[in-house]
Amino acid sequence: MTGGGGGGSALLEVSELTVHHGQLRALSDVSLSVGAGEVQAIIGANGAGKTTLLRAICGLKAPTSGFVRFDGADLAALRTERRVAAGIVMVPEGRRLFPSLTVQENLQVGAAYARKGPWTIDRVYELFPWMPERRRQLAAQLSGGEQQAVAIGRALVANPRLLLLDELSLGLAPVIVARIYDTLPELLASGVTILLVEQDVSQALRVASRVHCLLEGRTTLAGAPADLTAAGIESAYFGLSSAAAPGAAGPAGAAGGAGETQ
Amino acid sequence: MSWVNAIIQGILLGGLYALFACGLSLLFGVMKVINLAHGDLAILAGYLAVGVVAVTHLPAVWSFIVVVPLFAALGYLAQRTLIQASLSRGVLTTLLVTFGLSIVIENALQQFFSANSRSLSIGSLVSDSLHLGSISIAYLDLVIFAVAVVVLLGLQYFLSSSRPGRLIRAVADDREAAQLAGADYRHIFGIAASIAFATVALAGIAYGMYTSIDPTSGTTALLLLFAFEAVVIGGLGSLWGTLVGGILLGVVQQLGAQVGSSDQVLAGQLLFLVILVIRPQGITSRRTA
Amino acid sequence: MSSRAQSAPSPSPAPAPPAAAAPGPVRVTRSRRSAILPAIGAVVIIAVLAYLPYAVHEGTTSLLVNFFILLILASMWNLLAGYAGLVSVGQQAFIGLGSYSVLIVGLHRVSPFLGLPAAAVACGAIGLVVWWLLSRLRSGYFAIATWVIASIANLVIIRFPSLGGGTGEPLSGMPTGNPTLLNAEIYWASLAVAVIVLVGLYAVLRGRLGLVLTAMRDDETGARSIGARVTRAQLLVFVIAAGGCGAAGALELLSQPFVQPTAAFSVQWTAEMIFACLIGGIGTIEGPILGTIVFFALQQWLANYGTWYFIVLGIVAIGVAIWAPRGLWGLISERLNIRLFPVGYVLWPVSGAPAGPDGSPPGPPALHQLLRRLGRRS
Repeated sequence: MTGGGGGGSALLEVSELTVHHGQLRALSDVSLSVGAGEVQAIIGANGAGKTTLLRAICGLKAPTSGFVRFDGADLAALRTERRVAAGIVMVPEGRRLFPSLTVQENLQVGAAYARKGPWTIDRVYELFPWMPERRRQLAAQLSGGEQQAVAIGRALVANPRLLLLDELSLGLAPVIVARIYDTLPELLASGVTILLVEQDVSQALRVASRVHCLLEGRTTLAGAPADLTAAGIESAYFGLSSAAAPGAAGPAGAAGGAGETQ
Repeated sequence: MSWVNAIIQGILLGGLYALFACGLSLLFGVMKVINLAHGDLAILAGYLAVGVVAVTHLPAVWSFIVVVPLFAALGYLAQRTLIQASLSRGVLTTLLVTFGLSIVIENALQQFFSANSRSLSIGSLVSDSLHLGSISIAYLDLVIFAVAVVVLLGLQYFLSSSRPGRLIRAVADDREAAQLAGADYRHIFGIAASIAFATVALAGIAYGMYTSIDPTSGTTALLLLFAFEAVVIGGLGSLWGTLVGGILLGVVQQLGAQVGSSDQVLAGQLLFLVILVIRPQGITSRRTA
Repeated sequence: MSSRAQSAPSPSPAPAPPAAAAPGPVRVTRSRRSAILPAIGAVVIIAVLAYLPYAVHEGTTSLLVNFFILLILASMWNLLAGYAGLVSVGQQAFIGLGSYSVLIVGLHRVSPFLGLPAAAVACGAIGLVVWWLLSRLRSGYFAIATWVIASIANLVIIRFPSLGGGTGEPLSGMPTGNPTLLNAEIYWASLAVAVIVLVGLYAVLRGRLGLVLTAMRDDETGARSIGARVTRAQLLVFVIAAGGCGAAGALELLSQPFVQPTAAFSVQWTAEMIFACLIGGIGTIEGPILGTIVFFALQQWLANYGTWYFIVLGIVAIGVAIWAPRGLWGLISERLNIRLFPVGYVLWPVSGAPAGPDGSPPGPPALHQLLRRLGRRS
């Protein structure tokens, strides 16, 4: 399953990526491409392989086979830190701020190996106006939404070209989630390309110019939101084989097989 | 007045213990490595200092200038090779490797320096004391205590306010998140190990001035145990806590010595046990263990 | 694993089963080949060893006593670290206390041979107390804390002048008579304890506790999550190891009838135990046996080299820990695919060769067995 036309010079190109966790196959031959300035969303249920895909892109997980290319260059040899220097920065699932460091210190760590670019700690403070007065608080004492903002800020000050966002909405109230997503346009305006993972499908459809659906490690759907139907997305998300869903491609024979369970 | 004297001696001794402990605390706090060779490394530094003095005939104080940076380099090297290799294989491996290292160091020292004990003479500093009424305090002890306080507080400041210190704390909190921020954690670990080894060298040379050392002192003098006890009593995660822990240990030991000469070490061990049972996170720590 | 995130109901989207055949009826055995041959071999070896006092010089049996003592200790350390995940560098506490138990028995005019079981029981009981003190500690803390315990034991013992204080005390109360017979009895006692330990370990590891321990060794969190009583298993192991080390300490005093606290509680014991386990292989019963053999061979061969022996040993230990973590036995058993003490499970599809992705002893099936056995009892 290919990711659909992404234009000649895609910023990020993933091709036929297969990733294993021990004996478990987490991703099977996944391909996608992200063009510069785009917002692309990866959707899918728990365990579909979304986070694994992001981790493979940023170098935390070595693929079994397949390529990840950034700006045309194969990333295989680069450790995660070097990929950050190249411009790929991830906001990991669950925020993962440094709990014993303050807000300011978290941002400073993010800026420690930053590339040149428009984002500075002060600009992050402008983006989230409530942050400056909380800057000396320990990260662990912030609420979930506030932590998410700091995590995004920490990634931004590194001046990424490609920003990977893993499950921004996890554990947050919809109001908070909306507020966070409201900052995306400003990120895009500063030249950042975004690849995000999102369980909340409607949120993903609202912000993304392209959507890519994973199920059990395989691509089941890809396209622009305008070209997809709710039924098609639903069947791709859950793996139901439903008939006549334009743009959908469910896996064959996936409906409730028997077989050994643990 | 012997009790007051005991307390003062204990405080000063505690400074030395804290100096020993801070390297251990750093290694464990940052990398989760228990370095079973810690005591032996200190003794190795002491022996190297003896060697430097024997070769250059300079006053013992100059041995610091040679040995401490040497150990800093050694620490970085050890981290990037041995320690990193064992870390990736699990806790058991790091314990086994550092244990093996301990045996190698002790026996290598014995092979090359013989089993006789040595000591670093520091001239007048050893014998002179400050006299306050009926209490006498050796200048050496005071100097060691002062050095310990300066090192520990300096290190605390370094960790809290400098960029490398911040990175060390970040990597200690969450290695992967630090990678995602662009930090090569192996290099950061190396820096932390380098600092830890430098403090071990300081402690070992100071110890060699304080008393005589022999190749097995690392284990027989229970230096590793005292360092560890100081860390646990004071609380992990804060060097200030390690200073407090060292002082407490020193004081309790000296008070124990007042009770009976063979009770010095035992008193400290019992304090350690009590803390372990009723407040395992340590005295200064706000966290739960 | 897969939980539905959105609201819509759906059938479970199980992945299509792989093209390989669905599992048919299987037969489960405990070992790949017949276990009769190794069992007969073991009996023969034990018989030969038992006969030795009649055949060889006392020097040899003395050496073998030391061998058995180290074998017991290595097996205990292996049980602790290789199965229960408890790294202890303080087992010398129990070794010393075991020696002193025998001393105390002897001082009461009772045959010190009775001190042997007394030592095992006493040390097991003390082990219970020590576990209560240390059980909440995580691995690094736990390790050093055990060393502290050993130091405390040492310091407490030397306060008793009746036990020899700091200088030590000779063993009294041994039956007078033919010294050759006495040495033979000590030898047989050592052999008996070693055999009991190995057979006991084998029995334990074949049983339910063994399943729990193996599960723990592979993945502690996973083991807890399926209901294995991890902490209780660790407690049992710690107590058994304490008792075993106590018995070894008792044997030590019986064979070298002078106890000196610094030696009895020396961390050197831990060094030897760890080396034997490490070189032989942690996590199997055969490993410590092989490791002890290698250790003794090295000791005899390099005895003249003094400290170089330890330097080499230390370097070898570091190398093995990093590059060959499963030790010599690990390398051998992988190559030849043999197990002298079969404690695993092997699946045989009714129609032929044993199952398993590469023909080696299975992982998941053992987990199935464990699940079923735990489910039935709890």
